[in-house]
Amino acid sequence: MTAIENAPGHGAHPPHDAAHAGADHGSVRSYAIGFALSVLLTAIPFALVMSGAASAAMVVPICVGLGVVQMVVHLIYFLHMNGASSRSWNMAALLFTVLIVAILVIGTLWVMYHMNANMMPGMMPTD
Amino acid sequence: MTAHLRSTFTAEAAALTHIGDIVDVHDEHHDDGSKTTLGFWIYLMSDCILFAALFASFAVLRGQTAGGPSGREIFSLPYVLAETSCLLMSSLTYGMAMIAMGRNQKDSVLGWLGVTLLLGLVFMGMELHEFGDLIASGAGPSRSGFLSAYFTLVGTHGLHVASGMIWMVVMIAHVLRRGLSAANQTRLMCLSLFWHFLDIVWIGVFTVVYLMGVAR
Repeated sequence: MTAIENAPGHGAHPPHDAAHAGADHGSVRSYAIGFALSVLLTAIPFALVMSGAASAAMVVPICVGLGVVQMVVHLIYFLHMNGASSRSWNMAALLFTVLIVAILVIGTLWVMYHMNANMMPGMMPTD
Repeated sequence: MTAHLRSTFTAEAAALTHIGDIVDVHDEHHDDGSKTTLGFWIYLMSDCILFAALFASFAVLRGQTAGGPSGREIFSLPYVLAETSCLLMSSLTYGMAMIAMGRNQKDSVLGWLGVTLLLGLVFMGMELHEFGDLIASGAGPSRSGFLSAYFTLVGTHGLHVASGMIWMVVMIAHVLRRGLSAANQTRLMCLSLFWHFLDIVWIGVFTVVYLMGVAR
């Protein structure tokens, strides 16, 4: 019982202060800002790669950086992850997932890069 | 003694009534939907890890073309940009549907859901066309490690988008029949999370698969 009553998002609100009240769904303004930022953050990397103006060594980190920024923009303006206390469990789950994803992706690339490097034909012992 | 028993019984009866209130959430207004959306959010986070595994596999295999075509030879960035625009606009139109829902405007919600569905259909059509062209030109998933990883990653995202569209059709039917009831609002909220989440995954796809595949 106690656990249910203490469930996240309930303590602060009486039951009838429904999540359906306007605030949770954002405003036209916040969606417009998010959309404008997303268009910009999509256009820049596409333009950089399609023009072929710079080398991959320069373009790839920029693309990845802008991609991460755009993901954060979507989280804030479209998914309304704004750190409000009523949604702190959503934020906790998100941060934990980011940690797991980082371990999974970075760990895989790290291990596989070294395995690949050590198994290249030129690096085989020749005796 | 009797008094003690009676008071225990009364307390238990009260507790049972309360449990009844909590369990009976579907017909009543007692659940504001926040537990459902939190549960759905946790599902999305597990989906995130699924995609992370596919992204990691793709990153490892992206150079393993086995003599077949590389990304640079098969990807058309203007085409991908058009797909990206469809998905981004559909995120905006779904947002408009949610705003209309907050204002309790049923027809407006239905209209925006329809537009979102249409944009989703264009995206799916373009992606299937792209896959069809690749397979017809001999660059199918069995051609190389790179293409296996490509079809798995992009195809999994496409399957999610297709499920989202089926869900959207179901929601349009729900709203037509029952209007913007509390249960329907919670469902639309979950679909909103799902749809925006797929757009976020697509940012990863166009960056890692297409832009990094073509950059030289």
